[in-house]
Amino acid sequence: MKKYLLIIVSAILFLPAAWGYALEVPELKGRVNDYADMISPETESLLDERLKSFETSDSTQIVILTVNSLEGDALEDFTIRVAEKWKIGQTKKDNGVILFASKNDRRMRIEVGRGLEGVLTDLLSGRILDNVIRPKFKNGDYDGGFLDGTGSIIEACRGEFKNDSPPVSSGNDSSGNLPIIFFFVLYFAVMLASRVSKILSGSIGAAGLPAIVHFGLFPIGLTGIIISAIAGFILALIFPHIPIGGGYSSGSSGGGSSFGGGGFSGGGGSFGGGGSSGGW
Amino acid sequence: MKRLITLIAAAAVALCLTSCGYNTMQANEEEVFAAWGDVEAAYQRRMDLIPNLVEVVKGYAAHEKDTLTAVIEARSKVGSFQVTKDVLKDPAAFQKFQSVQGDLSSALSKLMVVVEKYPDLKANQNFTDLQHQLEGTENRINVARVRYNQAVQKFNTSIRVFPNSFTNSILLHLERKEPFKSQEGASTAPKVNFK
Repeated sequence: MKKYLLIIVSAILFLPAAWGYALEVPELKGRVNDYADMISPETESLLDERLKSFETSDSTQIVILTVNSLEGDALEDFTIRVAEKWKIGQTKKDNGVILFASKNDRRMRIEVGRGLEGVLTDLLSGRILDNVIRPKFKNGDYDGGFLDGTGSIIEACRGEFKNDSPPVSSGNDSSGNLPIIFFFVLYFAVMLASRVSKILSGSIGAAGLPAIVHFGLFPIGLTGIIISAIAGFILALIFPHIPIGGGYSSGSSGGGSSFGGGGFSGGGGSFGGGGSSGGW
Repeated sequence: MKRLITLIAAAAVALCLTSCGYNTMQANEEEVFAAWGDVEAAYQRRMDLIPNLVEVVKGYAAHEKDTLTAVIEARSKVGSFQVTKDVLKDPAAFQKFQSVQGDLSSALSKLMVVVEKYPDLKANQNFTDLQHQLEGTENRINVARVRYNQAVQKFNTSIRVFPNSFTNSILLHLERKEPFKSQEGASTAPKVNFK
């Protein structure tokens, strides 16, 4: 009875939160996210190729998103939420651009990252929308609109940034898995040491956990190191007494942060609402 | 075993005391100031655009004198309002800041409605350029305000929760910051009268 009550209460509590969010930000699939099927497959691969080579030379990330409808959401509110979630552009450089179109609303927008606001100004992005993309879109030539539009955006942004990191670093999939591997190594080290002495396994845990978290996941302050050292110590004492299944589940819970999918992800760029909106 | 537990408990208590939030609160306050800087910059951008906009509109729609003077007056009121960091912790001053900026927003949006009557003006390249810039600026203001409010909420919470509130009252004396409130009439579009 109590359980049901809890479910009902939590349902009531969480419903308004679900309603409050107008339109959910779609998943970042790649450089061309054609959710509204506006772009033909050939053009899509051509665009992808072009944007990819531009990122390799200039490190500037340009991404296309189309949706069927905004479902009543405000255009700018939606695109800034997309920008905040996808984090297109490199960290510190903030050189990302999102070219967005909503098919049924006939609305479009160029969302410009902070680092590019100087070259791809509101004015210029407005002109690209008005003079380059809109005429093509009006004739139903979406492929041409996206090709010429991205062409103009690339022209505007070219030379503003240089890719100064070797291309290897863009695939961060391996570094995402590293902490998990270390966790397993630590786990087995603790298990082995526990056969020798509790103090030994405890101190391995106390040293290992903060080290993995600090160097593998994210930097933690002195307080974080102390806390995780204590946690590591306690865990190392408890682990050997838990059947293997439990050990596995808590071991994997630490590594939920690895990036999945597509080989393309935003580099951590930030947006400040620059860019321009338009319709067709 | 029992001694071990007491040891751990003691360590935990010691940790709670060291993590008193001294650094967190100050970092959060700096975040508020940074976000406020963006708000100010966005508003300043709008101020800089207005003279050009007025000039261009004047050339085509000289009859709309009232609307134009309303914009100019609202702008000069904003200009005469001195903004310092103290505004952030003074509810009255902050309210004033918000209301003068709000007046300017509504004067501008009225102007943008009025110009719909002038097709020549709308076709003018200068005007469309300015329109893009103005729209962009309004959007930036919006984004900057939302982010500022988020930073303020984080800061205000951080000075009120338990160990921090204690630290703040004896060491830091940081004051609560004012968030933007959604304004009366700000969410409603200006009315258009077809005569």
